[in-house]
Amino acid sequence: MLRIEDLSVHYGGIHALQGVSFEVPEGKIVTLIGANGAGKSTTLNSIVGLVKPSSGTITLDGVPIGPLGTKDIVRKGVVLAPEGRRIFPNLTTEENLALGAFARNDKDGVEADKRKAYKLFPRLEERQKQKAGTLSGGEQQMLAVARALMSRPKLLMMDEPSLGLAPLIVKMIFDIIRTINAEGTTILLVEQNAKAALEIADYGYVLETGRITLSGPGKELLADDRVQRAYLGEGI
Amino acid sequence: MDIATFFQQVANALSLGSLYALIAIGYTMVYGILRLINFAHGDVFMLGAYFAFYAVTALAMPWGIAFIVAIGLTGLFGIGLERVAYRPLRDSPKISIMISAIGASFLIENVGIVLFGGRPKSFPSIPLFDTVIHLGSVSVLSVSLFIPVVTAAILAALLWMVNGTKTGLAMRAVSTDLDAARLMAIDVNKTISMTFGIGSILAGIGGIMWTMKYPQLNPLMGFMPGLKCFIAAVIGGIGNIQGAVLGGFLLGFIEIMIVAFLPELTGYRDAFAFVLLIAVLLAKPSGLLGKNQTVKV
Ligand SMILES: Nc1ncnc2c1ncn2[C@@H]1O[C@H](COP(=O)(O)OP(=O)(O)OP(=O)(O)O)[C@@H](O)[C@H]1O
Ligand SMILES: [Mg+2]
Repeated sequence: MLRIEDLSVHYGGIHALQGVSFEVPEGKIVTLIGANGAGKSTTLNSIVGLVKPSSGTITLDGVPIGPLGTKDIVRKGVVLAPEGRRIFPNLTTEENLALGAFARNDKDGVEADKRKAYKLFPRLEERQKQKAGTLSGGEQQMLAVARALMSRPKLLMMDEPSLGLAPLIVKMIFDIIRTINAEGTTILLVEQNAKAALEIADYGYVLETGRITLSGPGKELLADDRVQRAYLGEGI
Repeated sequence: MDIATFFQQVANALSLGSLYALIAIGYTMVYGILRLINFAHGDVFMLGAYFAFYAVTALAMPWGIAFIVAIGLTGLFGIGLERVAYRPLRDSPKISIMISAIGASFLIENVGIVLFGGRPKSFPSIPLFDTVIHLGSVSVLSVSLFIPVVTAAILAALLWMVNGTKTGLAMRAVSTDLDAARLMAIDVNKTISMTFGIGSILAGIGGIMWTMKYPQLNPLMGFMPGLKCFIAAVIGGIGNIQGAVLGGFLLGFIEIMIVAFLPELTGYRDAFAFVLLIAVLLAKPSGLLGKNQTVKV
């Protein structure tokens, strides 16, 4: 579905991505793990057009999306729940969800999806009229995920959805990722929480200072010595 | 002072406050969305008045049509201004875009002097606005009543647009977080153009109504009102539409009432705005209705 080939990104003098290639097959959960500053967020931001790569190609179902602007990429169904949630704090929960569905014109469908989102996250329903900035961190993360779902993404990319959340909420978010995937949405997941990510992923890639150094099915990576040592804190 | 004069002054203050409010909104909307002080906004206001003047005089249009054309042109001008002077600099340091705004202001004023002539022009009288209306012992110029009514209608429409429509939602999203708005598939450029268009339309309406009340046009007429309305926007809490309205009316009332009650201060008329600004900012740095600014990251 999504294919990244030889992607390079420069920020001024910093060569943040140095020829990254990987693939996200339709219907799968793919995860990208790596240390701080490895280039995970840069990769996602490039895919969605917020960062302009210096070289490389990004194709969606065989069509290059590199030249498109962010809004057109999102309208093609490639949606990012960005790092740090980036909900709109001065708008209500409800308005944030409406913004997730901004590109859609099917009022009834949007309304139905909103109800679905509230069923998935009952805490959001109780806080419909509340300014999103006053939600707790976990609730804000739920809102970020719900907002991303409101666009009916074909490919949902999530940048550290578990950051700063209590274990119980983390588990809930991962359960929901699995549910969303089972309902047909392809997932590209970036995580610090490598263990949890690899456990639910069909396929994983390890990114180190702008390069992919390892890849394989989630379970295999989970068992891999190097991954265990570097990211799972075992075997030291 | 008798009661009749007092009510006359209230009518004057209401209409001046309305005009300030209309212009102040343009500053606040643009600031809200781009964190830019559009120094050329007062000049856009001036252009609105001149467009209407030439439409009525040179093109001999009936005033109703002339006003609509002039308002439309002013809106387009504002959109063009953003395209030419601000958009290319959007990713540059804030100071560059600020300097571009100052440059645009000087350019418009000076091109205005060349094209329109430096000598003031007087707007031909339109009887509907020039009639003296007697309400009991109070007599006011009809335009002083029209201005607050038109302004109220525009404000209602604007608030509905901002809070009740998808376009307004997009504007609020863009003004909070540009990249997050892009991720919502919002066309950020279109939303910014729209904001400039609306702000300029309001300035155009303000400029036209201003010349109905004070029928003298000159290419620098936008400078003082522009400055005061910027102050009004800051007093109200820049970025906040209701704040701009509040600031505009506050300024209008104080200016008219001080001149009415303390005529010996008339010469300082233009200074009140600054005094008020300093007083408000000392008491509440973010403006009357402003929130404590969260730093944008
Ligand atoms: N806007 C920017 N300007 C300059 N350098 C940047 C910018 N964004 C990222 N970088 C640099 O690019 C490199 C990759 O950053 P990126 O945010 O992609 O890392 P990451 O893998 O997401 O890290 P983390 O796990 O900490 O979120 C880092 O060295 C970072 O300092
Ligand atoms: Mg990151």
